[in-house]
Amino acid sequence: MDTIKGFFSVMNRNKQAFAGLIILLIFLFMAVIGPYIIPLDTHTNYAERLQLPSLKHPFGTDYAGRDTLSQFVHGSRNVLIVAFLSALFTLLIAFIMGTVSGVVGGTVDAVLMFITNIILTVPSFPIMMVLSMVIKISDPVTFGLVLSIWSWAGLARAIRSQILSLKQRDFIEASRILGLSLPHIIFAEMLPNITSYIAINFIMIMRGAITASVGLMVLGLVPFSSTHWGMMLQMAISNTGALYGSNAIAYFLVPVLGIVLFQMGCLFFANGLDEALNPRLRAQ
Amino acid sequence: MVWIRRLILIILTIFFAMTVTFIVIRMMPGDPVETLAMEMVRNQGVNYEEAYARAKSMLNYDPDIPMIQQYGRYVSGLLRGNFGESMSFKRPVVEVIAGALPWTLLLLSISLFVSFVVGIFIGMYVAWRRNTIVDPVVSIYASIAGSIPDYIVGLLLIIIFAVNLKWLPNRGPYDSSVMPGFNWPYIASVLEHAILPISAYIITGLGGWALAMKGNAISVLGEDYITAAKARGLSQRRIITTYVGRNALLPLITNLAISFGMMFGGSPLVENIFAYPGVGYFLNQAVGRRDFTLMQGMFLMITVAVVLANLIAEILYSILDPRIRQEG
Repeated sequence: MDTIKGFFSVMNRNKQAFAGLIILLIFLFMAVIGPYIIPLDTHTNYAERLQLPSLKHPFGTDYAGRDTLSQFVHGSRNVLIVAFLSALFTLLIAFIMGTVSGVVGGTVDAVLMFITNIILTVPSFPIMMVLSMVIKISDPVTFGLVLSIWSWAGLARAIRSQILSLKQRDFIEASRILGLSLPHIIFAEMLPNITSYIAINFIMIMRGAITASVGLMVLGLVPFSSTHWGMMLQMAISNTGALYGSNAIAYFLVPVLGIVLFQMGCLFFANGLDEALNPRLRAQ
Repeated sequence: MVWIRRLILIILTIFFAMTVTFIVIRMMPGDPVETLAMEMVRNQGVNYEEAYARAKSMLNYDPDIPMIQQYGRYVSGLLRGNFGESMSFKRPVVEVIAGALPWTLLLLSISLFVSFVVGIFIGMYVAWRRNTIVDPVVSIYASIAGSIPDYIVGLLLIIIFAVNLKWLPNRGPYDSSVMPGFNWPYIASVLEHAILPISAYIITGLGGWALAMKGNAISVLGEDYITAAKARGLSQRRIITTYVGRNALLPLITNLAISFGMMFGGSPLVENIFAYPGVGYFLNQAVGRRDFTLMQGMFLMITVAVVLANLIAEILYSILDPRIRQEG
């Protein structure tokens, strides 16, 4: 209860975080409810192709005369699910690696950190390009997996160092002397102390996942869903000549604006949370 | 002794990274022989079996050999300094990379340098003058520019400056009408073609450096030795440059070195959008054509660059930060 109250007082104090929250809630609403309100427009109508925004088509139409708004709304669901799953998988791997490494220490720590270092030395996007071929991407789960396999290393290292510094603190020492079980120490004593850190990272990983997923689609490596914003962008670039000054510019700008707004929402929310929850920043 | 251990660790890291990428790459469905054979069937009208056999001998690569043997062959080649032959470009991998790397480095070294230097100065200024209009402007700029992926900025730049205004070219490294060499038209053309991709990198990269510098500078400004320096009546200029600047810059040196290492991988997306023949562009080609050897060579090159950059970062840090130097 206290955490929920604290959350709202943070939102109240910090305008930036509040703006971010509103943006994210709008996107969430669009992704969850939107598809029920606006049906997916699949019938082609070449007479009305690549129109600019009008009353009938608020966002214009695509290269086959389909309504862009409906694609945008239906796409938001895929974009959000892929980003959410990717952040979830990344966080899980990072948390397990970082916590085990920090708590157990010794040889286990050395081995896990060696693996982490190897992952860190190879840039993630090129590996994702290869992985998107190896793992057949057919649904949001596999897509999320491809995006997270090579992205957890930095966070794992950060969680490990958080755990290491927590280990030195008196209350952990005390719980250990009291003979509390290891799972209790990890989940009930340590986890609450890094929750805000993890929440902020979760949002930042979602941002990265969207940039990467759209990037893979722009390169044409992921034939996953026709209503992902990345697919719209790729279609706009390769099929419509949006880059060469035709009416397709509207079809190109809609997913771009969606991506930029969502990224900004994430950034504002995460920055605001960071400022609100990080006492070091608040003091300044 | 510490350095010998460090060296062994570096070699092990590179070796394992090479092994992991080798396995991942060989797990890709389809193979270069198949790709080439299909091409021959289409273009020369031979039947598939014959094309397959010919492609196999042309590429000097047999997908039926077990992976472990291919790996052994590759590693023994590497140890003799042989990175193999690119399967799709029919040239040594080293040659392909050597042709692509200068283009990537041209774009990224300029943009990294500019965004770092300008970012540092903006960050310093904002930290020193907290209550001017510049502070919120920089913050807002950083959150907007930081929200747009660099390849999307690249696309927008192409639409505005290349297609609509027709001020700058939108693809390729230089105009096809100029003769490559040390002459002015060529150099001018290269610079002209580099402006848009470099701008895309700078626009997205600048804000991050500025914000990081601002954060560091603010926390340095709170230190006692700054108050002491002010109390001693030192000039503002001296306090900003030698007291705040140097100390706030220190943590960023590590980031700079690591960014420098990552730079060698180029950007598959930005280079693809501008049809710019750098490392990222060729990596994308290699993935599409299943050019295993070229991908392998590129990943190895990037890994080595990143590992060395990390090492340089550590050495620089120990030179620049007396606290670490003393601890040995």
